[in-house]
Amino acid sequence: MATETELIIEAGRAERQYWRDLWRYRELFYFLAWRDILVRYKQTVIGIAWAVVRPFLTMVVFTFVFSKIAKLPAPSNVPYALLVFAAMLPWQFFSTALSESSNSLIGNANLISKIYFPRLIVPAGSIITSFVDFLITLVLMAVLMLWYGFVPGWQILAFPLFSILAFCTAFGAGLWLCALNVKYRDFRYIVPFIVQFGLYVSPVGFSSAIVPEKWQLLYSLNPMVGVIDGFRWSLLRGEVPLSFPSLIASLLITAALCTTGIWHFRRTEKTFADVI
Amino acid sequence: MSDVVIRVENLGKQYRIRHQQAERYTALRDVIAQKCAAPFRALFRRNGSPLRLDRGEVSNSHSLSTHNSQPASEDFWALKDVSFDVKRGEVVGIIGRNGAGKSTLLKILSRITEPTEGRVRIKGRVASLLEVGTGFHPELTGRENIFLNGAILGMNRAEIVRKFDEIVTFAEVERFLDTPVKRYSSGMYVRLAFAVAAHLEPEILVVDEVLAVGDSEFQRKCMGKMKDVAANSGRTVLFVSHNLAAVAQLCSQALLISSGRLITAGPSEQVIRLYLTNSKENNDPIRWNRDGSGAVRLSGIQALRCDGITATTFEMGESLTLRLDGLARDAGIQFSVAVQFTTEDGIPVVYAYNQSESFRVRVGEAFTLDVLMTGVVLMPGTYLVNVWFGNAGIEHYDYVRGCFAFDVIQSADIPVSLNISQQLGLIYCHPRVHFHDVPAGMPSR
Repeated sequence: MATETELIIEAGRAERQYWRDLWRYRELFYFLAWRDILVRYKQTVIGIAWAVVRPFLTMVVFTFVFSKIAKLPAPSNVPYALLVFAAMLPWQFFSTALSESSNSLIGNANLISKIYFPRLIVPAGSIITSFVDFLITLVLMAVLMLWYGFVPGWQILAFPLFSILAFCTAFGAGLWLCALNVKYRDFRYIVPFIVQFGLYVSPVGFSSAIVPEKWQLLYSLNPMVGVIDGFRWSLLRGEVPLSFPSLIASLLITAALCTTGIWHFRRTEKTFADVI
Repeated sequence: MSDVVIRVENLGKQYRIRHQQAERYTALRDVIAQKCAAPFRALFRRNGSPLRLDRGEVSNSHSLSTHNSQPASEDFWALKDVSFDVKRGEVVGIIGRNGAGKSTLLKILSRITEPTEGRVRIKGRVASLLEVGTGFHPELTGRENIFLNGAILGMNRAEIVRKFDEIVTFAEVERFLDTPVKRYSSGMYVRLAFAVAAHLEPEILVVDEVLAVGDSEFQRKCMGKMKDVAANSGRTVLFVSHNLAAVAQLCSQALLISSGRLITAGPSEQVIRLYLTNSKENNDPIRWNRDGSGAVRLSGIQALRCDGITATTFEMGESLTLRLDGLARDAGIQFSVAVQFTTEDGIPVVYAYNQSESFRVRVGEAFTLDVLMTGVVLMPGTYLVNVWFGNAGIEHYDYVRGCFAFDVIQSADIPVSLNISQQLGLIYCHPRVHFHDVPAGMPSR
């Protein structure tokens, strides 16, 4: 066969074909994501509606608690529910993506110890699955906007970029956590904690504007701050101001998470089959 | 050179094994504790406190960790200096005892794990089948699993679509295609899984002991399929099995691996013969191939002639007593014993089982059993002995395969031609032939 390629297996040699393999295994990537989506809501009564119900109820509770009880300030011409939901979108995505991806390698241990494929497919596939939920929630966002008669402005054009940013943040953090989880199962307990904790330290129920000026920069070290602000800015006609320092901090931290995440993942990947 | 598709050069894989550790994974707390303890380590070194190093670590370096008197881990070469070539279209069997390194070799060839040293060059697409039904998801239907499993094994979508009907027919699951596989019987599950795997068309197929599943009819079907694959499509197959009969049937070439080293490579009959001779000479219980709970264990085996003298050669029809030494681990355990004779190819010939009586032994007590095997006339050749201790089909205490071998030679008492062998039959029956008078009117022959 003319297309025959020679494969060389050697200690520390795997890198060379890696990215080409990733492309070659794209179908597996697709099938794994497809499997996760299919399986996700099997044997549930309301099925995919869960993707809508959970963020919706959270939004209702948050709106009630932060707006009616805590009476936190918000831009006057944006309904508080929209303010919350615009933040629920990326947060819900980030938190499910993070928990799914950090467990993804362990959940697929049987595959990893029996079949070769670029392991990067597994966490990436699980993030894609969460992204599908995200898209469904996005529809709910559109419905809410219709309900309130809220028309977004030109800023909506930047929305895909912020979605990509959210995706990258989840991907970078997910890579770190899933690789660590293979070896240190402590992360099984750490991840739910991060997710729970993160909900309070990220501006989901409130606007990041209420954080005192001098803490703003420190606050934006949480990469989700920039992401959430960006979502609000782009979805809500720019009524919620976008703070550039915090956006840049978020971009930098996400870039760092992704590159070091891939680096760490690639470094530990070859021992997964032996350690898992 | 051009038709060598797999070239393995000085391949080695080192694992670091830990002692006294039950968990498979490392807890972060231990790592933190170790890191914190590191500054103090030097201080306390004289006390020889056993600080654990590198738990769960797979060593990819050649460095030896510094050990105190009690090593917490030691380096272990699962494979060492293995070199061989495989030519295009060859079907190569890989044989060896449990833990010899066969599976490690397959794992390296299929890139699941990295070698520590050496290199492998492979030409062509490799598909590995280390387990039947890898990646099957219980919640998905048969149809969905065919696609998923196909993708996992390296088929692309178009290929799966093309072979879909063939796979379904082979697996005999037409009616249940849209049922989640978690509702399948285990037989259906295995059939479907094998069917997908059998329709793979890689240039190189790596198979690990997957035929040991399913009912015997399905196994025959699988063997047939494997033979087809090998014979018709000129694909290269690497096949690991304990089933020597299967290796002898399927493979033209074989590799014998023992303790991580390649002992020999060559035509499969030769290699199998060498493996059996080695196992015959090696009557060491430590190296036996055994399964079971170990509540009762075989610790030694001898064969005695009727005059009570130990022997490994018996005449045809001579009675044979197997003297089994064993050890009981659990209190008041009751067990029965079964003995099986097989040919060197693993074909079962004689089965003996004392189901009706069972023995009771005390904890830690060594015992000796004599099993008198009589009334069977085996044809000349070599036979292997399997011994089973267990509890009337409920539990296997110990099942040792090939723990003893003996030869049967021709006997003066049985006057048959000199060259009879196992090829004519495995059991000899001395016929009584008598001629009827030819009835009148019938043409005589």
